[in-house]
Amino acid sequence: MATARTARPGAWAIRGPMSQRQYWVLAAVGLIVPFAAWWLLASIELMPKVFMPGPADVWARAGAWLREDDLAGDTLISISRVVIGWGLSLLIALPLGLLIGTYKPVQALLEPLTDFIRYMPAVAFIPLVMLWIGIDEPSKIAIIFIGTFFQMVLMMAEDVRRVPLAQIEGAQTLGASRGEIIQLVLLPSAKPALVDTMRVTMGWAWTYLVVAELVAANSGLGYSILKAQRFLQTDKIFAGIIIIGLLGLIIDQLFRLWHRKAFPWMHRKS
Amino acid sequence: MDASEVVNAQPKVRLRGVEKIFGEGDGATVALEKVDLDIAPASFTTLVGASGCGKSTLLRIIGGLDYQTGGEVIANGHPVTGPGADRAMVFQQYSLFPWLTVMQNIRFSRLLKANRGEWTSAEVEAASGRAEALLNLMGLARNANAYPNQLSGGMQQRVAIARALMPRPPILLMDEPFGALDAQTREVMHDLILHVFNLEKSTIIFVTHDVEEAIYLGQRVVVMAPRPGRIDSVHTVPLPEKRTQDMKLAPEFIRMKRDIVERIRETSGMKTDYDLLEKLSRQASL
Repeated sequence: MATARTARPGAWAIRGPMSQRQYWVLAAVGLIVPFAAWWLLASIELMPKVFMPGPADVWARAGAWLREDDLAGDTLISISRVVIGWGLSLLIALPLGLLIGTYKPVQALLEPLTDFIRYMPAVAFIPLVMLWIGIDEPSKIAIIFIGTFFQMVLMMAEDVRRVPLAQIEGAQTLGASRGEIIQLVLLPSAKPALVDTMRVTMGWAWTYLVVAELVAANSGLGYSILKAQRFLQTDKIFAGIIIIGLLGLIIDQLFRLWHRKAFPWMHRKS
Repeated sequence: MDASEVVNAQPKVRLRGVEKIFGEGDGATVALEKVDLDIAPASFTTLVGASGCGKSTLLRIIGGLDYQTGGEVIANGHPVTGPGADRAMVFQQYSLFPWLTVMQNIRFSRLLKANRGEWTSAEVEAASGRAEALLNLMGLARNANAYPNQLSGGMQQRVAIARALMPRPPILLMDEPFGALDAQTREVMHDLILHVFNLEKSTIIFVTHDVEEAIYLGQRVVVMAPRPGRIDSVHTVPLPEKRTQDMKLAPEFIRMKRDIVERIRETSGMKTDYDLLEKLSRQASL
């Protein structure tokens, strides 16, 4: 008799299984290898240090930035710009998306226009924004707003439209009024998708923040990166980019954590 | 047609010349053509027919989720103008609220103004007892705090039925509620829904494409035919009120099943063309 063999497909089978351990090992490799390559490349000084600083230089510069040059202040002002610009978007996009996704007339009225505007590059609005609002705080927030709002409206409308008709009709035949359907069915049903949309658009808000700070600012992480270029402080450019990346990663993970905590019914399977 | 059983009682649902036309002009299709039907209070009526015969459309019109383009629909003595708490509906699937637990789903109607009305505290008390009772009746007592996606398809439909029954709807509309379940689960659900019917004495209208299901559950089976959608024939089921699974083998059950299946085949043009199959296989083997 042949020895029993399990028919477990390998990790390379299409959508094949993989153990938790294998997953984390590969994830670690994927992170460590590029970092090691960077470190190696910098240490053999293939390129002059001024173009390619090593991890140690970047770390040292970030420390100096923190101690002597108000890294905390730059970070804080950047975060507050992102949060205000994105939050303003959310404040208007959520009710508007809900209305577009619920009522056909509102959709007909607003969706084609929104669809059109979202293809206009937000960056191209910068000269206009500066002309109209100037170069103070509101202009940076306006750019983040323009960059995120129109996409956010359309995505949230789609999130609401994706609520299964059977859920709505089920509530209707239990006697739910229009207001009750919006409040008790559409919103809670679409909520996980809405939180996901918030997470994704938050990522875009960071992109537009940097654009705004590169063009017109005298504070913030993006501005510091630009200033570092003028003084040929490549290590500070590196530090700035990495810090923005880390901030984005942290915020993204916080959204995911919120998602898991707020919607246990999605994450808990039998 | 048997009109005898509706003579003495005011019909719970009354359809007169109900017509549904989708589209306009040349592209218009007649989904329902002049449907007349009376449904007695506390009766179990099944609508059966091939796809495209308009049985679901008819049910949705009674439920107020769809509207007729002609004719009259009266339920509980009032013309139907939209969905309402007096006509609860159970769908084939995906109608449960996945963010609510089983118990919260069942109690959902209590959140709605239409059902709260001017309730006294005694009535609120009674309603909470009802949720418990339905939970037990449906065999869901151990799943009260589970979420729908943790349950099997059969269990999910039990929740959907309990949720629909919660506000004591005079009319219960069921649109192929067991269509997505496996054969064994279906049988269990059949006996469960009959038990509920005897207990609650609500008026049930049940749509299915399964002839055996239609006969086993219904007191009357309404056979519908497609192109255009219409009522073909109405059959009174000659079985005792208390149904048991072995009745499916009784001669009168089988005779009725054969008659109805024959009607459906004839009216839907869904007969197998053996001559054509023979010809095709001869060509293929050449």
